[in-house]
Amino acid sequence: MNKFKKVIEDIGLPRLIIGAFFLVLVVSSVFLGLKPASIFSDILRRVVMYSILVLAMVPGVQAGIGLNFGISLGIAAGLFGSVVAMEIAFRVGWTENMNAGGLWLTLGTALLLSIVLATLFGSLYGMLLNRVKGSEMTVATYVGFSIIAFMNIVWLMLYFSNGDLIWPLQGRGMRSTVSLAGSFGGILSDPVKVQATQPAWLQWLAIKAGDITLPIGAIILLTVLCILVWFFFRSKAGIAMSAAGENQLFTRSSGINVDRMRIMGTALSTVLGAIGIIVYASIYGFLQLYNAPLMMGFASVAAVLIGGATVTRANIANVLIGTLLFQGILSMALPVINEVVNIGTLPEIMRIIISNGIILYALSKTKGGRAA
Amino acid sequence: MENESILSMRNISKEYFGNRVLKNVDFEVKKGEIHALMGENGAGKSTLMNVLFGMPVIHNTGGFEGEVFVDGQKVDFRNPRDAMLAGIGMVHQEFMLIPAFNVAENIKLGREIGHPTALSKVFGDLLDAMQWKQMAADARNALDSIGMQNIEEYAQVAGMPIGYKQFVEIAREIDKTGIKLLVFDEPTAVLTESEAERLLEIMRVIASKGIAIIFITHRLNEIMTVADTVTILRDGEFVTRKPIAETSVVQIAELMIGRKVEKLVDDTDEDKRQISEDRIALELVDYQVNMPGELVKGMDVKIREGEIFGFGGLAGQGKIGIANGIMGLYDVNGEVKVFGKTLNLSKLGEALRNGIAFVSEDRRGVGLLLNESIERNIIFSAMQIDDNFVNGPFKILDKAKANRHAREMIKNLDIRCTGPAQTAGSLSGGNQQKVCLARALTMVPRILIVAEPTRGIDIGAKKLVLEYLARINRELGVTVVMVSSELVELRSLCDRIAIVAEGKVFKVMAPDDPDAAYGLAMAGMQETAVEA
Repeated sequence: MNKFKKVIEDIGLPRLIIGAFFLVLVVSSVFLGLKPASIFSDILRRVVMYSILVLAMVPGVQAGIGLNFGISLGIAAGLFGSVVAMEIAFRVGWTENMNAGGLWLTLGTALLLSIVLATLFGSLYGMLLNRVKGSEMTVATYVGFSIIAFMNIVWLMLYFSNGDLIWPLQGRGMRSTVSLAGSFGGILSDPVKVQATQPAWLQWLAIKAGDITLPIGAIILLTVLCILVWFFFRSKAGIAMSAAGENQLFTRSSGINVDRMRIMGTALSTVLGAIGIIVYASIYGFLQLYNAPLMMGFASVAAVLIGGATVTRANIANVLIGTLLFQGILSMALPVINEVVNIGTLPEIMRIIISNGIILYALSKTKGGRAA
Repeated sequence: MENESILSMRNISKEYFGNRVLKNVDFEVKKGEIHALMGENGAGKSTLMNVLFGMPVIHNTGGFEGEVFVDGQKVDFRNPRDAMLAGIGMVHQEFMLIPAFNVAENIKLGREIGHPTALSKVFGDLLDAMQWKQMAADARNALDSIGMQNIEEYAQVAGMPIGYKQFVEIAREIDKTGIKLLVFDEPTAVLTESEAERLLEIMRVIASKGIAIIFITHRLNEIMTVADTVTILRDGEFVTRKPIAETSVVQIAELMIGRKVEKLVDDTDEDKRQISEDRIALELVDYQVNMPGELVKGMDVKIREGEIFGFGGLAGQGKIGIANGIMGLYDVNGEVKVFGKTLNLSKLGEALRNGIAFVSEDRRGVGLLLNESIERNIIFSAMQIDDNFVNGPFKILDKAKANRHAREMIKNLDIRCTGPAQTAGSLSGGNQQKVCLARALTMVPRILIVAEPTRGIDIGAKKLVLEYLARINRELGVTVVMVSSELVELRSLCDRIAIVAEGKVFKVMAPDDPDAAYGLAMAGMQETAVEA
């Protein structure tokens, strides 16, 4: 009995309940006659899509700024970097004939620009958070909202000439949804796109095994980032950052500038957010501008919490488990509900209720389990 | 009538988690007398008062043994309100006044006089109308009765001098009907000299009205001026009760301290250390630290290489601030020289880089990462300051080396744990302290500063920690600076002890100086002044 209790404690009750709900959805989907292969592919795709955005929570939490609701800042940087890269690609002509080199160049430029921008944004944002110690998460939420509003103005004002980006009739201002079909969309995850654009030796980037789609490229990128973050938190700087997040006085008494560590953590979180949105957009196939990223921070926060992180401690296992459970449920819920009650938009409404319900539940159970 | 005892506490014992803090203490206060309760920090004064007031901290930890009589009747106070109703009041050290309220409102707080209104008849007396005039008159009376004609009853409390707040607090207690006994807990600690004198006068006035006073203070001269009787506690035991007239400052000081000093360092070993005035390890010149509650106000000390130097003194006098200032946790003025080199203390980690390691008095708050492993705690500072335990250009942790070192430290210091991976927060106090020491020693310091090394750890572990300090001093030649509230501990280990009073070094003493000298120094009194 005690052993049983200990197991529950180690996994954490919230994760058990949500995990059980996830299993119920999976099992019922099979009984409802949905194709397991397509369900598996769908879950895998969504998990890879969102994981980096969730991974971005880790440095913030470890550095002591709490859950980074202001991840929209990184998202804004990522989106801006992407549209600029696409505009450059259009003017230089990188993507004219959809050759592999041009696509990679565009993606690389997007990443590079975004990382530079996110480092700048993140550092400034970190300085702001150092001035509001104790209420970081509230401030972060509003910084997140504000940057989205600010970017709305920027999107409207950009004088670009790439037809994929701008409103067709207006001649300026960004579209609200930019298709990446003619650019780096899918090159890490979509077998069709990979087959059409990549040379023979890069065909493995996305493969279709029977009915299952494996986005190998995106999985590798995610793995590399996870390993980098893991290594970072075993380096001198990373250990100092974790200590700053856990005990400021201890860290100070060891001669470390706590504020600088927090700025570093915030910047790192923002950079990961920027990379995250680019990978997300690439897999999704679209850049969503304007208000679309408004609530993305909440999904990331909820995922890492479900994974067992707390407001003060988070690790990579929390990220992966949490994203699997959260995105797993979301991707299962719609088809399952669709089968059970197919009345108008009810399934979509149910999905929104479930996703927000999980977020609410996660936020109210921030204790987490001990073992990841 | 004069000899009638108003309060009598008999055979009081109290245990906190197996630690006996009061042992069969007798305490007796007569009507209308000013009774001084004396003892070092931790002698049991506060616990005794907590028992008297029936504070929740007593009842939540298993209650106490013994009996309490008020006016000859056995009482059992379950909470401070019971005590208040029985006519016992307390003048708090930290003022319990609402700054935005005026004097009268504060004095009548919780005992407001109201008259019924239509609303209050329906909804209860919380909606009574206030009788401001009556309340103001009561407040005026109370203030007048302690000779405070110059405090206006309608003045706002915020912005008043501290002394006045203290007087308002007293007036509030006096205003309570049927007050028989008032406890003053270090009332003069925050007052200026003239305010303190005024307070002592007021205490006499109150006592002359037949109200007994229990006066807790560390200032020997104050009790000599005002008290009638003194009770002395030491280590939770009753030492003596005497009329003031039959005793002297020196005697009281001696009785407060008087304890066997056990030499922890084995004297049979020849002391091979060469300590000389020429080789100074740490020098403080007009050293000031702005640590709230522990201000250091200009200190000049020279600590010789290879010695064990102690800083003693009462809580709040500044000894804790010394170490925290050097480690850069608080703002510092003046000069700190380490082996002749002046440190730039505005730079974080400056002391660490110059061979000073620090074991904080606040183990859980400053000394440890409670959620991290013992291993991580032990190597942390050495890793951050000296790039020890890291590999390669990205300075990645060398896990194997860290683990080896942690195991070695666990063995050397006899840290009782399941292994280096156990979290520091789950260890007992003594073992946590050893982890802190291990972290400091991992830096291979030339000077080790330890603050309150034995606070909150059991006797066995205490001895081990102290012996270990002596060992690293003798064997590794580390200069040890020890800050402690426990005089016995300092005297058993140190070569010299600086007694800190009011933010300055009052006197540097030898460990075998007489008890009375220590007692007087702690109270900040010159011996010569007393002998005269």
